Amino acid sequence: MRTIITSSENKITAAFDKRFGRAAWFCIYDEQTGETEFIENVNLNASNGAGTKAAEKAVELHVKKIISGDFGPKAKDLLDKFEIQMVILQDDNLTVENIISKLKN
Amino acid sequence: MPRRRRLRKVVAPPGFKGYKPYGANHSKNEFIELLYEEYEAIKLSDYDLMNHETAAKVMGISRPTFARIYESARRKIAKAMVEVKEIRTAYGNALLDKNWYECHGCHARFTIPKTQNKHCCAICSSTDINLLKNDI
Repeated sequence: MRTIITSSENKITAAFDKRFGRAAWFCIYDEQTGETEFIENVNLNASNGAGTKAAEKAVELHVKKIISGDFGPKAKDLLDKFEIQMVILQDDNLTVENIISKLKN
Repeated sequence: MPRRRRLRKVVAPPGFKGYKPYGANHSKNEFIELLYEEYEAIKLSDYDLMNHETAAKVMGISRPTFARIYESARRKIAKAMVEVKEIRTAYGNALLDKNWYECHGCHARFTIPKTQNKHCCAICSSTDINLLKNDI
């Protein structure tokens, strides 16, 4: 099962980005293999529809779970339709690595 | 072309599939469909005792539309009683508020999609979770 974690940089020690559509990078974590892969968010500075595009991207990538700080209403609707689990974390000082280690437990 | 029908927000779907009359002399297999939004309208105005204005806001529709739904709900229930018919609930044009859960252990909030049959926290797999009442 693949999970997207929103990240501020393209490394595993990077801080967790609490925005979904405007996160700088998406970290794709594979629960089976434990591998991570980073994808740059091309819609970071889009004037509108960033959340929708990010959600579409998630559908394309066949992820089943997305961990972020918040989701906009459009992204929520779309992710709900495609049965992708949304997870909201509100802690400020998390890194991508922290989250992955939590997932492993 | 008529204007598109706005989806009516329904906070919780009815906790039953329907009601059946009993002790009827001749049972007919006829039934009346009560839509989720009609159930919600009855609930908001006669159970939660809201006025139509507030109830309409809760459901995300205009007050006149709410009044129409409420009226149709009352008529359906009356019809079912007088004509000794079964009431069945139907989805209708409802938009269910998404179900968000919160984990007691790690305070993560998450949804549980229908395709997933595990009922536990998405982060720490704890089963100590509860349903959040309102959409966040």
